[in-house]
Amino acid sequence: MSATLTHPVDQVPMPENQGESYLTKGKGVMSWLLTKDHKRIGLLYLMSITAMSLLGGFFAALIRLELITPGGDLLSAESYNKAFTMHGVIMVFFVLIPATPAVLGNFMLPIMIGARDLALPRINLLSWYIFIIGACFTLYSMISGGVDTGWTFYTPYSSTYANSAVITAALGAFISGFSSILTGLNFIVTVHKMRAPGLTWFRLPLFVWGNYATALVQILGTPVVAMTILLVAMERLFGFSFFNPNTGGDPILFQHMFWFYSHPAVYLMILPAMGVISELVTCFSRKRVFGYSFIALSSVAIAVFGFLVWGHHLFVSGQSVYGGMVFSVLTFIVAIPSAIKVFNWTATLYKGSISYEAPMLYAFGFFGLFLIGGLTGLFCANVAVDVHIHDTYFIVAHFHYIMVGGAIMGYLGGLHFWWPKITGRMYPETAGRISAILVFLGFNLTFFPQFLAGYLGMPRRYHAYPEEFQFWNIMSSAGATVLALGYTLPMIYFTWSLFAGKKAPANPWGAKGLEWTIPSPPPLENFETIPIVTEEAYAYAPEEDEGDEVKHHV
Amino acid sequence: MAKDLQLFPDSASIGAAGVDANYLYILGVSVFFAVGISLAILYFALRYRRKSQDEIPKPIHGSLVLELTWTIIPFLLAMSMFVGGTVVFFRNYHAPANAMEVFIVGKQWMWKIQHPNGVREINEMHVPLNRPVKLIMTTEDVIHSYFIPAFRLKRDVVPGQYTTMWFQANKVGKYHLFCAEYCGTQHSGMIGWVHVMEEADYEAWLSGSIRGETMQQAGERLFNRLGCATCHKADNTGRGPTLVDVFGKAVKLQNGTTTLADEAYIRESVLKPASKIVSGYAVEMPTFQGQISEEGLLQVISYIKSLSKSAPAGGAAASEAPAGKKGGN
Repeated sequence: MSATLTHPVDQVPMPENQGESYLTKGKGVMSWLLTKDHKRIGLLYLMSITAMSLLGGFFAALIRLELITPGGDLLSAESYNKAFTMHGVIMVFFVLIPATPAVLGNFMLPIMIGARDLALPRINLLSWYIFIIGACFTLYSMISGGVDTGWTFYTPYSSTYANSAVITAALGAFISGFSSILTGLNFIVTVHKMRAPGLTWFRLPLFVWGNYATALVQILGTPVVAMTILLVAMERLFGFSFFNPNTGGDPILFQHMFWFYSHPAVYLMILPAMGVISELVTCFSRKRVFGYSFIALSSVAIAVFGFLVWGHHLFVSGQSVYGGMVFSVLTFIVAIPSAIKVFNWTATLYKGSISYEAPMLYAFGFFGLFLIGGLTGLFCANVAVDVHIHDTYFIVAHFHYIMVGGAIMGYLGGLHFWWPKITGRMYPETAGRISAILVFLGFNLTFFPQFLAGYLGMPRRYHAYPEEFQFWNIMSSAGATVLALGYTLPMIYFTWSLFAGKKAPANPWGAKGLEWTIPSPPPLENFETIPIVTEEAYAYAPEEDEGDEVKHHV
Repeated sequence: MAKDLQLFPDSASIGAAGVDANYLYILGVSVFFAVGISLAILYFALRYRRKSQDEIPKPIHGSLVLELTWTIIPFLLAMSMFVGGTVVFFRNYHAPANAMEVFIVGKQWMWKIQHPNGVREINEMHVPLNRPVKLIMTTEDVIHSYFIPAFRLKRDVVPGQYTTMWFQANKVGKYHLFCAEYCGTQHSGMIGWVHVMEEADYEAWLSGSIRGETMQQAGERLFNRLGCATCHKADNTGRGPTLVDVFGKAVKLQNGTTTLADEAYIRESVLKPASKIVSGYAVEMPTFQGQISEEGLLQVISYIKSLSKSAPAGGAAASEAPAGKKGGN
């Protein structure tokens, strides 16, 4: 193991007698479509999520093109509304929520805890099929006329007034929710039951903690949004009255139910990304993480408190002032565990040995964007300020900083970090660094001006807008071009690396963690013998006074 | 375009300053932390960059003192933000008793504004300078949101409910009015202007725009036309309870509870008469759902208000505002 540390990159010799790689064992399309291997399922998710993100990105491009000029000249109002709805539905339900857990979590989580697979491999495959069926429904709604309710499906617009394919789009989200529930369930069972001997809870890599907290939110929150969507569909199809005030329903009830899931959904996106960041920061500063248990438990705290803050979406909806007050204070409290994480990551860098490979640049980018996203959350938690910025571009900027800036920085950072492990190939380092920098710059140029436009009063979901906001919108659209380039580059060089990338050693970064003790790409069964864990996570340096380094497996 | 590039929105109401103060306070704290943490990260990243391939830094497990420090200080700062925001929110929420009322009805995709003297406007709202104005708002169809950035105010209009907000404009001018809650195809066309006028100009505008009857008169006419007057007789000899001196008072119900006779109660009683029966009366009244528009309802409410001589100008709203002139300075 110490050899790993001293010669991180050219430590080529791979264990010879390990099993055949999961990529080569089993050939043909059916061997992929019927696989129960968590690694292959992770790759199935990777491909489907990438495809969905291209589609969501296409709609984002339409939006930014339309908003270059104040008049509604490129798209009709109707098409514009459909474009931002599809952008939201696809990105939230089919990209951001599944990205890190379903791709990286699926692939890495069992390996990181020394298991041969997830606890329920068939359920894992089933969850991917459910995801695909959900995606098909949503895509069908797009082809069959589109849907124009916004991804929030607010009633009574969605239930009574909207004249578009609400049901199919909502059912898409409904169905994909079950995929999310099953993945969460699978992760929880796996973490509880399949940890390698010696791998106690507080020896778990923080990425596992992040995914565990995520899984809790998935199984507790997702059923609520599923019910909500079902109620909307019943009202629309069969004339039940849940949300229509003319027949005794309550339109605000929908908002409570919707946000009870959809606010925690933001934590679904960011928690696993935070887990990735903990891995990156420790690896590229070669140092155990500062305040391990504070980072681990703050994930759980975020997951728990995340369920108690939904009402801050209803500050101007006619919720009582005292309701507003309570949700405001709880929202301020949920900011604290995130702050604790940032401070601990920063402290981890102190006296570290820091190198700047692409994954670490993504982590640095994450810090910048998550800081801005998190701090602007304070504005939204303050009721007086939120009354003004609610439903303006300030909110649009804020949640993109968290859900995209934070979550996708983490996801891409993790994808670069584990790409050699997943594929057995190195990606081109310079291109990786360029893309990290482009994404960071492009993101800020796209979304920072939206804070300003938002506080000036520009409402969101506007197809046309007053001229005084144009300057900020031009900046945004220009930034989106850079951002698109930054996001496209990895798709190109990752694909290229599959064919022409340098062969990856077992542990290219000199990282700690069980996944780096097995060959790249891993053999089908991950571990020939199940490892026995005898040390803390991130034990880069020998414990003081011990001198000898403890090995991962015996 | 760049010539009049704004960084900060116009401010035209006494409530706006409190919101801006909160905004600037949070901005200050945020910039401090963002810059501080970024500089620390940048400094560490450069100072402790990897110098040789085999260096292994000494591990640091953590520090309880530091953990407590960066838990407690952010917590206290967050609580100060909470208090600051809540104080301003409460102040901006409770209308003073002497506020003049303006009635707003949203519909896809326009704002209909009625003044008590009968003046009606669409997508334009004229208000006087330095006088508290209370908006009583609802919608004919979906949820909209009445948003005036220069006043830092917005409130959703919800079908089946009356929501209110109030402001006191302190700067003459023309300010944006937006619909902030997505409401369908022409959402971004559901915009207009708020005109803040000097008192004298406002009076002149008001008298120049009067067409026909006041809201109260229109309400009385509807009250008679729909046949309300046949049962709700002034001398309390009709089949329904009298409506004289009812508004703003507590009403005893058949089930033993009492309810406040406010705008929402009257609206509910017109549309769903069976839901709250006044003690001593039977369920005889038919529903008027579909026979009266949201604007008509507001007119009838306005008429019923006028039957209560003791009710203050602010109507039932008086009960919301414990101290009359607390408004936002």
